[in-house]
Amino acid sequence: MNTTQLDDVIPKPASVLDKARRLLNDFKVWVNLDSGNLTAGQQLAVKYFTVAMILFVAQILFGLLSALQFIYPDFLYGILDFNVNRMVHINAMIVWMLYGFIGSIYWLIEDESGTDIVGLKWANIAFWVLTGAVTLVVLVYLFIQIGPGKDSSLWFINEGREYIEAPRWADLGITAVMLVFSYNVVATFSKGKWSGIAGVLTLDLIALIGLYLAGMFYMTNITHDQYWWWWVIHLWVEATWEVLVGVIMAWSLIKLLGARRKIVQTWLYIEVALMFGSGILGLGHHYFWIGMPEYWLSVGGFFSALEPIPLVAMVVHAIYDSGVHAFKTVNHPALAWVIAHAFGNFFGAGVWGFMHTLPQINLYTHGTQWSASHGHLSFFGAYATINIAFFYLAIQHWRGNVWMAAGTRHAWRWKWALGLLNAGVVGMTVALLIAGYEQSFIERAVEGSTWAGYFAAQNQPSFQHAMNWRMIFGLVTAAGLGLLVWDLLTIGKYEERKAEKIVVH
Amino acid sequence: MNETPLWASESFWKKTAIWVTAVSFVILIVLTMDSLSQTTAGGKRVPAYAVINKKIDYQFNKELNKSVPVIGEDEFLFGKQMTEQEAAELVDLGKKTAQTRNCMNCHTILGNGAYFAPDLTKAWLDQGWLSKDLREDLMVKFLMNPESNARTFGSNRKMPNLGITEQEARGLVAFLKWMSSIDTNGFPYNFKTIEAEE
Repeated sequence: MNTTQLDDVIPKPASVLDKARRLLNDFKVWVNLDSGNLTAGQQLAVKYFTVAMILFVAQILFGLLSALQFIYPDFLYGILDFNVNRMVHINAMIVWMLYGFIGSIYWLIEDESGTDIVGLKWANIAFWVLTGAVTLVVLVYLFIQIGPGKDSSLWFINEGREYIEAPRWADLGITAVMLVFSYNVVATFSKGKWSGIAGVLTLDLIALIGLYLAGMFYMTNITHDQYWWWWVIHLWVEATWEVLVGVIMAWSLIKLLGARRKIVQTWLYIEVALMFGSGILGLGHHYFWIGMPEYWLSVGGFFSALEPIPLVAMVVHAIYDSGVHAFKTVNHPALAWVIAHAFGNFFGAGVWGFMHTLPQINLYTHGTQWSASHGHLSFFGAYATINIAFFYLAIQHWRGNVWMAAGTRHAWRWKWALGLLNAGVVGMTVALLIAGYEQSFIERAVEGSTWAGYFAAQNQPSFQHAMNWRMIFGLVTAAGLGLLVWDLLTIGKYEERKAEKIVVH
Repeated sequence: MNETPLWASESFWKKTAIWVTAVSFVILIVLTMDSLSQTTAGGKRVPAYAVINKKIDYQFNKELNKSVPVIGEDEFLFGKQMTEQEAAELVDLGKKTAQTRNCMNCHTILGNGAYFAPDLTKAWLDQGWLSKDLREDLMVKFLMNPESNARTFGSNRKMPNLGITEQEARGLVAFLKWMSSIDTNGFPYNFKTIEAEE
């Protein structure tokens, strides 16, 4: 084959780019969204939401691959091994949720402060820097995967610490971007007006960024390593993130239902007191078995047992406010997801966490599928749901504040997406819980936690059936996600009616 | 009923939130300083790295009603006595290798990580290494070429080849041996070590 023939076979880069551009344009025409309906801050927010949804899809995709490898260990062996798929699965999750939170805050900040975002140009630059960095990190995860046992690998490839695997250069980048973000929050509220919601949000963001720094150091001592590592993971997901969604929910309830600010803010303070009062020292439940002193068994056991209380308060809050307003809302899918959040947070984080948080039980459940069961329901229930609620709020305004209450066209789509996603995650949670029970019993209590004991439990039919059911419900979740993406792209299209004006009462 | 009682007022809960958060955080800082000082390598709970020169076991203590690490007589790793400095360097290489090969996204370390492969906390003491004489050699060989040396216990799950060099494998073995000496408050429960068999 000479080179001229090759030229015919291989498409020219220019023509590929052209085709991609045409496809993108066709897509934009089909979606038919008008950014003129949004303020500059909201336009920035929807960029974050878009990337969040793409990463959400990636999370589910790599989750399915990992689940399949439990059933067929040879699948993609040596190409995309379980550790790679699982790392992308959990990292995509953490990052899409952060994107959702940042977007939600950029969305609500102009309304809450009564002024434009102060450093919008910097915020836009930060968005592209962060997105570029995330893309690069994922490409390195997928194509380079591992490096030699040297500092340079920790700096440029993978830090190998669950949830915060991102290499050191990316840690620094993420911190810089987060600093731009918090500057914007503080400066915007300072220029406009402060509120209770604004105050809680600002202090919470400072804590959130400060905690991330605790995860950026290398230590030979594994006990110290895991001590600080949990500072980041626990104090994010069981403290500062919970307060952050409290803020987002408080604001959403005012917007969705017309709840009174005084009531919402009082609840928010109660939630902060209960959340930080139980969650900060509840950190101790991660220190039972990593070499830390014995007093953590009491401190961690006691305070983490209190952790469900603020989540009960949040359910009461959401349901009470909805009830007072007779569930009358301008945005049905968003309110449905807020309610799903209140229950999901309570059951996933609260009940499922409480079930194995006491050291007497945790001795047997620690490091089994029990944790995976809790992880699936809590991350979905506490954080995926509230983000999805916000996506619906955003799309309503992106369409020009159209009607999204009773009688929305194709309402079956959002209802089925809600149903399938929730059923899928609950199904996976139950399957993993059965696997976890079986592991705690066979591997831990009977066999004594040896490698032979581990595999004896993994080879049990009840464990393997649980893995099959997890796969099936994973597919249900994926179907729900597909429907959700379709619905978010199309809901409110061609809708002529404007949303009812919400009255605060 | 126009007056809001104190317990339902916004300002009361605002102050409560601030106080509760501040007090909890201060307690956490105090406990952190104490915990870190109790767990520096070389202390009672986390032994010095040179512990890899010793025999390590994990035995049930009836009085405490839990298993505790037991440090015994000399038992050099790879037939060589190491200074604290040499031992620390080897363990450090092992720890870095464990991170850069992403072990934790299949295995658990001190019970934390992923659940696709067995826990590594007491891997050094596991009966799966058949006998104490073969152990070091088997571990290094397995780590360098897990595919051909795989023992899957009937699960068909095999560790992939992660291109681990001989020096890195020795580092990992040192890291695992050192980690098995950490006092983990009795986790894992009821663990029968390779020593117990003899």
